[in-house]
Amino acid sequence: MKSGIKDKVVIAGMGCSRFGERWESGPDDLMVEAFEEALADAHIERDQIEAAWLGVFFDEQNTGKSSLPMSIALRLPNIPTTRVENLCATGTEALRGAVYAVAAGACEIALAIGVEKLKDTGFGGLPERTKGTFEDLYLPTSTAPGAFAQLAGAYAERHRYSMEELKRAMAHISVKSHENATRNPKAHLRNRITERQVLDSTPIAYPLGVLDCCGVSDGAACAIVTSPEMARRLGLREVVSVKALQLAASNGVEMGHQSWDGTHTLTTPIAAQRAYAEAGIRDPRAQIDLIEVHDCFSITELVLMEDLGLSDIGRAPHDVLDGRYDRDGAIPCQIDGGLKCFGHPIGATGLRMAYEIYLQLLGRAGERQLRGRSGNGPAFGLTHNLGGIPNRNVASVSILGLLS
Amino acid sequence: MTQLGCINGYGVHVPRLRLAREVIATAMAWASPPVRGPARGSRAMANWDEDALTMAVEAARNCRAASADVSTPQSLVFCSTTAPFVDRDDAVILAGALDLPSSVETLNLSASLRAATNGLVNGLRRPGSTTLVVASDLRLTRPGSSQELTYGDAAAAMLLGPPCRQSLATVLVAVGSNSDFVDHYRMSGADFDYALEERWIRDEFLMKVIPTTVAQVLRSAGVGVEAVRHFVVPASAATAKRLAQACGLAAARRDDRVLMHCGDAGTALPLLMLADALEAAVPGELILVLGVGQGVDAILLQAEPGVQGAAKVLTRALESGRDEPSYVRYLSHRKLLDVDFGMRAERDQRTAHSVAFRKRESLTAFKGGRCERCGTVQFPLARVCVNPGCRATDTQVPHRLADSRGRVKSFTEDWQAYAARPPYVYGNVEFSEGGNLLMEFTDVETGGLKVNDSVRFVYRIKDEDRARGFRRYFWKATVA
Repeated sequence: MKSGIKDKVVIAGMGCSRFGERWESGPDDLMVEAFEEALADAHIERDQIEAAWLGVFFDEQNTGKSSLPMSIALRLPNIPTTRVENLCATGTEALRGAVYAVAAGACEIALAIGVEKLKDTGFGGLPERTKGTFEDLYLPTSTAPGAFAQLAGAYAERHRYSMEELKRAMAHISVKSHENATRNPKAHLRNRITERQVLDSTPIAYPLGVLDCCGVSDGAACAIVTSPEMARRLGLREVVSVKALQLAASNGVEMGHQSWDGTHTLTTPIAAQRAYAEAGIRDPRAQIDLIEVHDCFSITELVLMEDLGLSDIGRAPHDVLDGRYDRDGAIPCQIDGGLKCFGHPIGATGLRMAYEIYLQLLGRAGERQLRGRSGNGPAFGLTHNLGGIPNRNVASVSILGLLS
Repeated sequence: MTQLGCINGYGVHVPRLRLAREVIATAMAWASPPVRGPARGSRAMANWDEDALTMAVEAARNCRAASADVSTPQSLVFCSTTAPFVDRDDAVILAGALDLPSSVETLNLSASLRAATNGLVNGLRRPGSTTLVVASDLRLTRPGSSQELTYGDAAAAMLLGPPCRQSLATVLVAVGSNSDFVDHYRMSGADFDYALEERWIRDEFLMKVIPTTVAQVLRSAGVGVEAVRHFVVPASAATAKRLAQACGLAAARRDDRVLMHCGDAGTALPLLMLADALEAAVPGELILVLGVGQGVDAILLQAEPGVQGAAKVLTRALESGRDEPSYVRYLSHRKLLDVDFGMRAERDQRTAHSVAFRKRESLTAFKGGRCERCGTVQFPLARVCVNPGCRATDTQVPHRLADSRGRVKSFTEDWQAYAARPPYVYGNVEFSEGGNLLMEFTDVETGGLKVNDSVRFVYRIKDEDRARGFRRYFWKATVA
């Protein structure tokens, strides 16, 4: 009988590099930056780490293959190391590896680190990638904005919004994330923007303008996880616990079967419902205090509010415009600035999200600290990644909370 | 007299884009002032993703759709002087895109603009078998040349076979003769034709050979010049008029639409002009078709009742163009201008040929799978059914999607992706029989596509591997 991951593993320490166009830093530098912070946070020595997972996506653009770039950069003590890649869910996948190892009892302290060095390609936007030797022969050479932009047209058609109405809600999403990022020194983009600027921004992929798109940045983030018993032995008083860690992968339905309508992500609701069940959350709208979702594009964040069960189907534009997901709304979303302002160094993103939830749960988020529903700080935070494109993807949902 | 076959169907493809000759003249008059003269009408302009092969596929599909005869031809003849491959059988690719069986006889005719009438004469001499003759040319022209104004890109197809109820024309005479008269030439590997003086060509060759040939043809058919009501001669309007007079055919109708609205489409020109004649002819009228190129082919036909009900596909194609306002974009599409499309255009397009061969039914014939258990159509055909309620293993049979219709489920106009004609337009298409595919759109205007639009599918260039000199094709959606 499965018992789930809830409260079997806790976070001993986390680290996150400054995100941005880190021209001066390579992936090794970024990993060290995040790792040193996490080591200090956990109050452990590197030789206490017993296993490690590296998440990196565009290995050909930065680290190269395998987990060795991590083991070498961090001078890990010849422990078992593993490299994982699961599209934009890569960072969360690394965390999942480390968490499952601890939960299995295979080790007591494990490391998950994600890194991506995107700014060595020589051009803006994400690098090109192959989709597979057969797929490259028939699929369009689509870009990420182009693949996600299509959600907007299909959504507007299905739910009877004019594109102008929908774009206003999308603009609000970008404005909100930029506003949040002004309070975050680690964010890449820390400027305020206006709804008008978003609406008038340079077209990237209809109907997305450049300010509907997340930044392209370099960065790394990491987590050191351990068992609750070990955390006590390490002297950690208040600890953040993994309440749920779920993944749902496409099986081809969206790409090949007519049942998917193109207005949402099919996998997110599946991963979310599993995560809520695993965490014992019965009413996410009333229990989740903050969320970090995969806002690679404004329209993605919008449809995710419905896919996560936080807005009614077809109502997300209203909830967004009503401020429900703003800093002072019912469920603040992207309180750290999100992908929009951190950019999306793919391997790092999932762990960067967990880092913000971790800080918020521990009351260490500085000037952007939330008070939570109780007024005593947030109780549950959720992270979500959508790896791939709406047509085929890996959705990950994690829920973190304090260990009771 | 030898028994000859009939023309039982025809089809054309005139690319949707039309470049007004005035646009060319305006751009190039500084360099060659005489081009100001004949700047009337438009030339058909292949989109960036069209070539002689893709145009041939469309003309052949148009022919098979327009003619009631959907049986498999025994022979497929591809005629072109600009086939994309020199050593890889273009006709075999054409057969694959048309989903003809591997037993179909394929033949490539090239080497002169007489290739298409060569194909007709040869096919007609085998009256017992059905032959699909497809002619297509996309000839590059040097900027500022008179060919740039007069040439056009297009394809045409003729279905030949024994007499049947829908026969369009019965062939009375089909003859050919050769002569190494060099009116223009293009050496192997050269980009452009080298054209000689028109007056010399007219006076020394056309005016001498054609009247003699025509007289012989009419004599052998036992008909007088007055019986010929349609004179198809692939030459400029002025030259055609002179030739008609010299042949005693001044009263016969001559095409004036194809050159004006499409241009000289090389090997396809006589077939396009024959299509024009078939659309004008009434049953019983005689049509005389000439093909010229290091010799002359002559075919005398008599229109049959089938012409009355036949779809006027040439008229429709000529009337459904869209003006290309940019001469610079035309130059770029023909690779006569090396535009900087940015680093994304540097993407390596290496083909895993073992994959392409393994998946040739998917890629060339556009066949997906249909699950025999639940009926779900899907692309590509897979071992396990995609229907979440089925997922049966090894239950799929090939299902051709090329001739299906689809609905735009979602789309984008992508300004970030590399596109030879930005923006790069792609989206989810739902097939009318079910199934979904993320596809590229072609021949759509920016801002012109909408969710729920109905689409059909066309075989086009997908991309080019510049490092290895290889061109790849796949099917795209276009507004139906």
